[in-house]
Amino acid sequence: MNEGTTTRDYDWWLLAIVAAICALGVLEIYSATHGSALVGMHSKQIRWLVIGFVLMFILSRIDYHLIMDQAPVLYIIGITALVAVLLVGHTRFGAKRWIPVLGEFLQVSELVKLIIIIVLARFFAEVRTDELSLQDLIKAGLLVGIPLVLILKQPDLGTALVLMPMLIVGAFLAGLQWKHAAVIVLIGVLMLPVGWHFLKPYQKERVTSFLHPEEDAKGSGYQVLQSKIAVGSGGFWGKGFGNGSQNQLGYIPVRYSDFIMSAWAEEQGFKGVLLALGLYMALLLRLVQNAQRAKDRAGMFLVMGVTAALGFHVLVNVAMVIGAMPVTGIPLPLMSYGGSATLFVFLAIGLVMNVRLRRFVN
Amino acid sequence: MSYWFRNDNRLPQERLAAASYVIVGMITLLLLGFWKLQVIDSDKYGVMAERNRVRSIPIIAPRGRMLDRDGRVLVDNYPSFSVLLLRDDMSAVEKNLPAIADGLGLSLDDLKDQLNNTGALPKFQPIVIKPEATPADVAFIESHRADIPLLEMLMVHRRRYLPGGFMAHASGYVGEVSEQQIEAGNGKYRPGDVAGKSGLERQYNDMLVGTDGMRRVIVNSIGKEVGRLTQQEAIPGKQIQLTIDYDLQQVAETGLGDKKGAVIALDPRTGEVLAFASHPAPDPNDFAIRVSKEEWQRLNEDQGKPLLNRVTQAQLAPGSVFKIIMATAMLESKTPPQNFTAFCPGYGIFYGQMHKCWVYGKKSHGVVNLHEAIVQSCDVFFYNVGMRMGIDTISKYAKMLGLGAKTGIDMPSEESGLVPSEEWVQRVYHHKWYPGSTISVSIGQGSVMVTPLQVAYVIGGIASGGEFKQPHMLKDAQNVSEKRVELAESTVEQVTQGMYGVINEAGGTGNSVKLQGIEFCGKSGTAQMMSYGAASRLGLGKGKNDGWFVGFAPRRDPEIIVAAVVEDTSEHGGTAAGPVVRDIVKAYYDKKEKKTQGQSTAQAQKPAESPKAANKAEAAMKVAQQISEKKQQPE
Repeated sequence: MNEGTTTRDYDWWLLAIVAAICALGVLEIYSATHGSALVGMHSKQIRWLVIGFVLMFILSRIDYHLIMDQAPVLYIIGITALVAVLLVGHTRFGAKRWIPVLGEFLQVSELVKLIIIIVLARFFAEVRTDELSLQDLIKAGLLVGIPLVLILKQPDLGTALVLMPMLIVGAFLAGLQWKHAAVIVLIGVLMLPVGWHFLKPYQKERVTSFLHPEEDAKGSGYQVLQSKIAVGSGGFWGKGFGNGSQNQLGYIPVRYSDFIMSAWAEEQGFKGVLLALGLYMALLLRLVQNAQRAKDRAGMFLVMGVTAALGFHVLVNVAMVIGAMPVTGIPLPLMSYGGSATLFVFLAIGLVMNVRLRRFVN
Repeated sequence: MSYWFRNDNRLPQERLAAASYVIVGMITLLLLGFWKLQVIDSDKYGVMAERNRVRSIPIIAPRGRMLDRDGRVLVDNYPSFSVLLLRDDMSAVEKNLPAIADGLGLSLDDLKDQLNNTGALPKFQPIVIKPEATPADVAFIESHRADIPLLEMLMVHRRRYLPGGFMAHASGYVGEVSEQQIEAGNGKYRPGDVAGKSGLERQYNDMLVGTDGMRRVIVNSIGKEVGRLTQQEAIPGKQIQLTIDYDLQQVAETGLGDKKGAVIALDPRTGEVLAFASHPAPDPNDFAIRVSKEEWQRLNEDQGKPLLNRVTQAQLAPGSVFKIIMATAMLESKTPPQNFTAFCPGYGIFYGQMHKCWVYGKKSHGVVNLHEAIVQSCDVFFYNVGMRMGIDTISKYAKMLGLGAKTGIDMPSEESGLVPSEEWVQRVYHHKWYPGSTISVSIGQGSVMVTPLQVAYVIGGIASGGEFKQPHMLKDAQNVSEKRVELAESTVEQVTQGMYGVINEAGGTGNSVKLQGIEFCGKSGTAQMMSYGAASRLGLGKGKNDGWFVGFAPRRDPEIIVAAVVEDTSEHGGTAAGPVVRDIVKAYYDKKEKKTQGQSTAQAQKPAESPKAANKAEAAMKVAQQISEKKQQPE
């Protein structure tokens, strides 16, 4: 069934948007690091982008039905990897998230995100009813719940949280009933205090400092404050490329990665933010469009799983940069520096391309 | 391949469309968030970013110098470094405090105290933790820039005074502003600022202080300096020229020597202060850095009262010097008439009590008139005069001539002395004036008290025919006030003749200080610190005296008047204080003569510097320079 796909069938608009966002990212990584000990980071990022692009191309060529066929196997691989990383993983920055692959440290949870997208798509595609039954909803919940708990164990709250919108969007499109949604929301609210109990001290601190930033002068409250100062001082027109004092003098925390939007907003101002967020909106809407034109429900779920993951990344990261959400350590897709995260996004886009290439075939 | 997906192309288009709306809504909300920060609150965050980026380090303006009347430098500055502690990040400060204390050789407890005391100040304001950095301190700070980015060096100008406490009470000294001064200053002072604490430093502080500039540097997030912005230069303080004559001052300082006392020389024609010395005097150079609590306590408790400015603050019994006031009062009030004579057998009995003349037991003055009474300083004559005048007349004239009130010299904390009266004793002691007390007051004993400055001012005014010029120390002082007291020409003539006789006539009490070729007039005084009776009862024999001498020249319309007092001396006033006065007057004439002969070498000669302090500061600067040069080399 993968015969007859041509380059004409690739979503060139989507690629153009992705390329533009990556370009902004590389530019800002360069600006944020060229004068520091991290100089050269932008070329490393370009390397990741090239690898990502190649992987995306390869993944798009394998019929997604074939991939989804292997969903149970992929799921077992994913769970095994998560268990493995807890047992033998490499600890960096206080969390066990990394395993060495080809001389680089890769985050297993990024791979698991991709697998969960595929597994959920497979699961929901197999639900034949127009309305999602409670039984199926619970099954889906369990499917997501196991890796979620394992990722929380690392601990990596941010990545664990990303699994939730995948589940919610999938369930919604699979015909989630409003009464079920209401009950879930209710349970969720009731569970909040329990969930709080399970948070690590540093996670609690992030939440409290988000709620009371003035009480935390140096911890994550400081990070968010510095980020807000960077964003706010950028004004409408920005301070200019390489001219952001908050960025160049290192006041913005991890300015080349999680807080790259802060650096971008400082140097490029509101007009630059308009461009970047405009591109993200175009990207997400283009993904939804691809879902709408998918050949079948399986493809639609796959694309929307990707959309949910990327949309959540953008929302949580950008909201964190402007102090509207707590610090969770979720990178900004395609702009933040990072190997695993970049590869994940390109592979996810590869899945979307895959669905796209096969919309007219058959 | 299994066929789990077959023929299922029912897509939930409505819910997909809803997802699009959610995306648009989400992006819009995020953009609103950015709009708030970047457009609405942009200015606020701009300021905060600047505060992050820019660290302001004050450039301390040098204080104005003090020159003598010929332009010779009396008080100068030398550069030195202070160590500043930046307190923006208190947790880092607390963590590094032991290392800082150790590196700079400070006591950790003192440092903590200082931090606690300055806790109320804004955090972005650095505090001075070590006022005089040694080259080792500079090296410590520079080499720990990376791991202890909390220390900065501040170039300051330290005051340099002439060594040995020369003119110390006139110049005063500077010190760090106190909490009260900061509050009263209304934002004028920052902690660690230097302000005049006493003397002229305090009086003319506003003139002497400049306006500090500001060096603005760019710092990165760990506090390392990475660039410089335009700097606002400091405006140096104004230099002030004093009326002091270095040469006369030198004579005054040397003349007083180790003795406890004061010397003041005025030009009665203008009120200019030519010399101003008070001993003992602390060396203000010791205060120029920071006085330790112990040192300060020691100075305060010292029996010699080195912090007392005796010229304006010592309130002493004038002794026989007061007879000049009595003579003036007698001639003006004509009580008793000017041809009044008294018989002095060496003592007199008034109101049932015996009062001795100073010659008691040695000789008697016999019948004396006013002139002889002044020349020989006959106590009995003035006892009689006082008894006839009564305390209120004495009080009236003493006050009219300027006693019991501040002269208004441009010097902080002047004392006004005391002129007793019936009203005063009633008010303070709630009893009637004892007429017997009038007898003691008549010879400048009892409760009458004067400052050395008042003596020079009042007697200078009488000798100038009733023209009283406000004493002042600033060369081009504006609005020097002037008081005119109507004195009969005959009064001035008789009084000055009497004072001329003290030195130049046979039998005068001041014969020993005679000056050849100069119309040098004067009056000695020896005030008993307790009565002869009390002293002998206590077995102290003769008792300790305050020896006075006041002298001027020429006899009419004098150009210079000098008052000197030596406290706690066993000598007679003419012996203890006379020579200082004579030497100053002589120096004045010698100088005047040189000038008129055109041999004036009014070249500004720089007084000796204090080489130790200068060397230290230079060494510190050299180290700092070397280090900053090193820094500029590519890394």
